[in-house]
Amino acid sequence: MISTKQHIDEILIPILEKVSDPEIPVLSIMDMGVVRSARLINGVVQVSITPTYTGCPAMDVIGDDISKALKEHGYESKVKLILSPAWTTDWITERGRNALREYGIAPPLTPDADKEALLGDKRIVKCTNCGSTNTKLVSQFGSTACKALFKCEDCLEPFDYFKCLK
Amino acid sequence: MKTNLYNYILELADNCLIAGQRLGELCGHGPSLETDIACTNISLDLFGQTRSYFQYAADIKGGDATEDSIAFLRYEREYKNVLLVEQPNRDFAYTVARQYLFDVFHLLLLEKLQFSQDMTLSAIAKKSIKEVSYHVRFSGDWIKRLGDGTEESHEKMQAAIDGLWQYTNELFEVTEEAKALAEEGMGIDVSTIKDAYYQNVTLLFEEATLNVPESKYFQKGGKSGIHTEHMGYLLADMQYMQRAYPNMNW
Repeated sequence: MISTKQHIDEILIPILEKVSDPEIPVLSIMDMGVVRSARLINGVVQVSITPTYTGCPAMDVIGDDISKALKEHGYESKVKLILSPAWTTDWITERGRNALREYGIAPPLTPDADKEALLGDKRIVKCTNCGSTNTKLVSQFGSTACKALFKCEDCLEPFDYFKCLK
Repeated sequence: MKTNLYNYILELADNCLIAGQRLGELCGHGPSLETDIACTNISLDLFGQTRSYFQYAADIKGGDATEDSIAFLRYEREYKNVLLVEQPNRDFAYTVARQYLFDVFHLLLLEKLQFSQDMTLSAIAKKSIKEVSYHVRFSGDWIKRLGDGTEESHEKMQAAIDGLWQYTNELFEVTEEAKALAEEGMGIDVSTIKDAYYQNVTLLFEEATLNVPESKYFQKGGKSGIHTEHMGYLLADMQYMQRAYPNMNW
């Protein structure tokens, strides 16, 4: 059984919380759940991050941003990309989900609800603008691979939905 | 060097690379903005998976090998992708049909590969499954929409399937490398997913009011590097930068 627990030295948490996802600037990488471990070992911070999607172009930038933030606080660091255990949308924190919503991206539903929403069977994704669930799937892939494109049929606003990945 | 493992990784990765390259050609040329974005997002997923495989392959090969040198500096005969994925886009029905016929295979393969004794392959498979389940949903939906759509869309989709069907059987050809690794519990004997593949495809085609081609004539050769005429043009486009400006970097 692979542990899904994070191992992050407490002293590093405030620094890492300041690093944001370059594609969703309101969201900290900590709330996104991509930092799996960060430990100060022999004066060097060893960081492991995991991609949301394998092709996520933000990963290189996130790695650089982490090193930069740590350097500003006097830490040398080594950032490693790990694939296992694979990232899931369950790792997005409650604060992260709220940040997504406020930014105009509907946060992921549960896996079953997600399937119903994406297959167009049910209108359950809440519009981030007016809160109505009278919304319709426009495309299964939105502005990035992790999102689908919806539109609200009440306020007519198009918005992104962060797809459930589990 | 673990030659079998290296070659097997290329067999897995080259399908993703070449399928991704074909989809990427639609960037800015898709039939609508939404489908354009969807195809390029799927392409990006496939490139991401390719990178994971090639980074692993580069570690095994050692020396100067990098993920980029493996992707861009091989000759046509050194690519092990199946003929299916290198077929050109022609029209949107063709693109979607090619993608669907690959996606169904890809998902079945990954569902087995996640239990590989090789930890890296298993990790890549587990990660990729999540992405590929969205791919097959996208391409499958379009098969239904076009197959069970207008007279013209039906006709085009049927023509695409009829044209591509001859390349499906090669997916299940077991190479020497795959066979050896399957015996060690690291690779997958793809002949074991053949029945499930044709069952899945047949069910969806029925739903989409499409005929399953009856032709028993199948093409092969990609896995041993003997490609169709389209492959050279694809590589010329894909490798242009590295060939024209060796070792160039972003």
